[in-house]
Formats: sequence, C-alpha cells, structure tokens
Amino acid sequence: MIALSDYLIVGAILFSLSVVGIFINRKSVIVLLMCIELMLLAVNINFVAFSAYLNDMTGQVFVFFILTVAAAEAAIGLAILVVLFRNRRTINVQDLDLLKG
Amino acid sequence: MSFEKFIFYIFSLVLIFAATMVITRRNPVHAVLFLVLAFFNAAGLWMLLEAEFLALVLVLVYVGAVMVLFLFVVMMLDVDVAEMRAGFMKNLPVGLLIGAAMIIELLMVVGPKYFGLDKFAAPVKHAADFSNTEALGMLLYTDYLYPFEIAAVILLVAIIAAISLTLRRRPDRKYIDISKQLAAKKADRLRVVKMESEK
Repeated sequence: MIALSDYLIVGAILFSLSVVGIFINRKSVIVLLMCIELMLLAVNINFVAFSAYLNDMTGQVFVFFILTVAAAEAAIGLAILVVLFRNRRTINVQDLDLLKG
Repeated sequence: MSFEKFIFYIFSLVLIFAATMVITRRNPVHAVLFLVLAFFNAAGLWMLLEAEFLALVLVLVYVGAVMVLFLFVVMMLDVDVAEMRAGFMKNLPVGLLIGAAMIIELLMVVGPKYFGLDKFAAPVKHAADFSNTEALGMLLYTDYLYPFEIAAVILLVAIIAAISLTLRRRPDRKYIDISKQLAAKKADRLRVVKMESEK
C-alpha cells in the first residue's frame, strides 16, 4: 500500500526543486513564474493526499480555491510581463531597476 | 510490489524528472512543455488519491488554459536565451546547497516516522458508484458558498486586470467615436457664408 509519507515526500521534493529553480534562474521572470506554479502544485499534492488519508473533503475544496487563485495570478503576472516587455524590451530581472531596489 | 504502487512510482518519477527539466532547460518553450508533462503526472497522482474532479480540472483548466497562455507569452516575447542563462552556473552551487538542505529538513518532518502507514492507515476505497464531483459540489455549494463566490469575483478581477493592463491605445488610428459622431450638430460642421456672387 502507498503510505501518506510517500505522497508528502513527492511534494517535498517538488517544492525543493522549484526553490532550486528560483535560485538558478534568477534572471528570467518567466521561469520564475513557472517555478511558482510548480510550488503551488507541490502544495496541492499535499492537500489532496491529506484529504484522502484523513477522509475529509475540505482539503479538495482548498485545492479548488488554490487553483482559482493560481490561475488569476498567472493571468495577471503574464499580463504584467507583456507590458514590461513592450516598454523595456527585456524581461531580465536585473534590468528592472526602475524603483532602485 | 502491487500494481498501484508501481503506477505511483511511475507517475512520481516522471513528475520529478519533468520538474527537473523545467528548471534546467535552456529554452523556455521546452520548460513550459515539461511543465505540462509535470501537470499531467500530478493529475495521475490525484486520480490515485480518488480526487477525480480535481485531476480533470487540473488537466482541463491548467494544461488547457494556463499553460497555453504561458506558451503563448513565451513564444510572443523575443527573449534572449543566452543572456538569461548568464548566471546559471554561478548560482548553481548555492541553489543546490539550499535545495539539498530543504529536502533533508522536509524529509525529516514528513518521512515515514510520522506519516507512515502505521500512523495514517491507507484510506478505504470508495465504491464504484461514489461520485467525487457530487461530494465536492455538495460541500462547495453549501458550506463554502461564500468563498466560492469570492473566488468567482477574483477571477472577474483577474480578467479585467489582464485586459486593462495589456490594452494598448493607439492615438494614430482612424477610429470614430460613435457618441461624438451622434452628438455632432449641423452648426459644428457647416458654416453658411454670405457673399456677393461673382460677375
């Protein structure tokens, strides 16, 4: 039988991989957005696994809401990216220093 | 090894392989396509956990809409790949170090010691006529009706925000404002000049 810990370990590995991805792809905004999507997927896997093993549907309701918010976030993030590229001709994070951060 | 466990390992290994490819591919289009593969395998894992509705929503909404949007934007933007990868090798050791530390820490917490089969018994499989969609819908339209409507409003806000952000107004195009056209009077356009007729 598959234990709950197996699913949690898959989620943990996926989450760590996306953190590594954020570190090694620091320049490209679009890859950073993809890494955030992977992180949300890892969290969702944990939610669904706990929902199944604790026999509580609430976890799946949460995943539903996370998917909604993630879709909205991806749409707005990509829209900002398109506007950014139209104005600056680059999506390099290091060049986006208008706020002098 | 049971067949179910075999399926689980296949899906998990391909999922982790696809995630690795997403973060290491040089070409962003390939990265998006591997992300699609990762989502398909996650949907397979959710099917194993009997979350059929969410698995199908993940494929339909995420792969069908969000990832296509990603692909569209990646292909539309003319990204200089070589410049994007400049710091890749430099950041790799730090990234791997932090990733390894995170994995080890997380494995100490979520490992079989606390979440093994003896602590959390495997769930009883539902009967074949059990509807996951119906159960989720019953919960969503009763206990979570208010959050559900807030989620709908969030999606509406996202639609309006995405459109208004990317909408480009072009002053040079020959566009006619209909209300301005309808509001025009005869006096605005026509001037009657009284003058002597020429001989």
